[in-house]
Amino acid sequence: MPSPTAIPGPRLIDVAGLGALIEALAAEGYQVIGPAVQDGAIVLRELSSAAELPSGWGVRLEPGGYRLRRRDDTAAFGHAAGPQSWKRFLHPPRERLWSATRTAGGFEVAADDGEPPRYAFLGVRPCDLRAIEIQDRVLGQPGSRYAQRRAGAFVIAVNCTEPGETCFCTSMGTGPSADRGYDLGLTELVDEAGHRFVVDVGSPRGAEILGRVPSEPAGEGTVRGARSAVEAAADRMGRQMEAGGLRELMADSHAAARWDDVAARCLTCGNCTMACPTCFCTTVEDTTDLSGEHAERWETWDSCFDVDFSYLHGGSVRTSDRSRYRQWLTHKLGTWHDQFGSSGCVGCGRCIVWCPVGIDLTEEVKALRTERAERAEREEPS
Amino acid sequence: MTAVREYPPAAAPAAGPAPMWPAGYLVAGRKEETSDTVTLMLRPAGNPIEPPRPGQFTMLYAFGVGEVPVSVSGIGQDQVLVQTIRAVGAVTRALCAAKPGDMIGVRGPFGTDWQVSAAGGRELLVVAGGIGLAPLRPVLLAALAARDRVVLLVGARSPRDLLFPRELETWRRRGADVRVTVDQGDPGWDGRVGLVTTLIPDAVADPARTTAFVCGPEIMMRLSAQALADAGVPARDIRVSLERNMRCGAALCGHCQLGPLLLCRDGPVVSYAEAVPLLAIREL
Repeated sequence: MPSPTAIPGPRLIDVAGLGALIEALAAEGYQVIGPAVQDGAIVLRELSSAAELPSGWGVRLEPGGYRLRRRDDTAAFGHAAGPQSWKRFLHPPRERLWSATRTAGGFEVAADDGEPPRYAFLGVRPCDLRAIEIQDRVLGQPGSRYAQRRAGAFVIAVNCTEPGETCFCTSMGTGPSADRGYDLGLTELVDEAGHRFVVDVGSPRGAEILGRVPSEPAGEGTVRGARSAVEAAADRMGRQMEAGGLRELMADSHAAARWDDVAARCLTCGNCTMACPTCFCTTVEDTTDLSGEHAERWETWDSCFDVDFSYLHGGSVRTSDRSRYRQWLTHKLGTWHDQFGSSGCVGCGRCIVWCPVGIDLTEEVKALRTERAERAEREEPS
Repeated sequence: MTAVREYPPAAAPAAGPAPMWPAGYLVAGRKEETSDTVTLMLRPAGNPIEPPRPGQFTMLYAFGVGEVPVSVSGIGQDQVLVQTIRAVGAVTRALCAAKPGDMIGVRGPFGTDWQVSAAGGRELLVVAGGIGLAPLRPVLLAALAARDRVVLLVGARSPRDLLFPRELETWRRRGADVRVTVDQGDPGWDGRVGLVTTLIPDAVADPARTTAFVCGPEIMMRLSAQALADAGVPARDIRVSLERNMRCGAALCGHCQLGPLLLCRDGPVVSYAEAVPLLAIREL
């Protein structure tokens, strides 16, 4: 833990300060990644200046729907989660694990020993911050490429003051306020006093970078205003999910009729697993060039909705749509606890928005609860 | 119904990128066991992998073709790995076709083991179906070396598919009680015909002192474990080796899930007490 003296109290920067922050990070050799409008969505990509941020843009979210909308202010972070998450950078969709060349005595394996990129993530939501923490537990084995990328990453969180229609971080206990795991934590304020950011410093290197940016101590009233804006967001979540006892609910529901109901709607496309910030499954592809002298192994994202995911000699284990949706939801909310010590859901709502048929896991959980209660009622001796 | 496993698991996966890189092994010997099954003796070309414990598996890589999980069926001198492979797909066909001197990539060892020594002094009952005898071979060797009392029940589809027939004789001579059955006999077969599960009732002498090791097709393991339970062997003393789609071996890729278990880390060997509720759920 950094000593308290190294960490200054809340500071205040303006929009120019945000630009200076991006420049300071770039000067330090970081590749700055943040939100930007592209292809009708707010995506995460490399930023060279604050002018590329989606200032004045918001989003309208619904099950199976995502639209940009103009805001009536200039907020740069006045939008909820987009189609991508930070896993795209820490756990890339496609990565070469090694390559091998045929030799007289067999073959030689060479690691890809390139320097891992040093990312600075600008605009990490508290829900996504928790998602990174969850992936750390799954993928962060010491020495792994993930661990190297993660150790180098500089994280600038942005507290949430504008939850979306499909958000439920409050239910999952992951937001709307970032309480740990960041180098700098911003809260955006746009009001009659101007457009500015209250900055909480979360680490010594955060303090160091902030020291290169024009800032002033944040006044007590400003800090109070920022905190209450975040607190107010907690009550404006578009969705709720009762998180207590979810693990037991999933364990008790493997035979539920609801799985047939959702299977009738689910296309098993796997969009939810691609959009989910914690879904981590991968497969490997072994390839050779035409000469047969050079071989490579690539790791790519995979999805438990793919029939081949559970393939064994003789056929796949999970052939029905029902069993594959059940696997995803049961893993996410239940057996994730057994395997990695926490829930796999952070309440970001991406799986609801990016499901082409608008399946809403909060609704599915509600239905499973109702079904279990009805089952218990039937089985209770009268 | 609710899962009650503890987190974190006892066996943490190996650290570092090494689990993802194959070590080079040279084929030092090759033996055709049946029409579709080959045993390879693999000698490390450079740094060897950690010595596998009985029941653990490795990922074997055929250059340019791909990688499959294969249980270790023995460890010879000079860290030679003995691995028995049945040709059922592109990778296993390439592995089975490997000639002496060819290089195979090896990662591992991965997973839990049979915990043979923990069963020392008890009556060991080994039940094998088909290629399931391969991962049980080290159990036999360890039991015979420790002079434990061991009964081996072997089932095969036909006499031609019987694995390690000469070794079965050797084990018998060294004191193992070996009983063999085939699903379908042929004109030269004067042994028993029927499922391996039918051998179980007579093979359990003292159920409270018996530890059973079961490996074979999943349906065979379920029926065998049930027969063992019917004979009075407690579920916690029955060990089964489960199979799911193993891809990384290091609990990173998610493919080998069986409910709460990641079988490459929490398996392949689990107690039947843990397996029963999981195997009872279709398409879990």
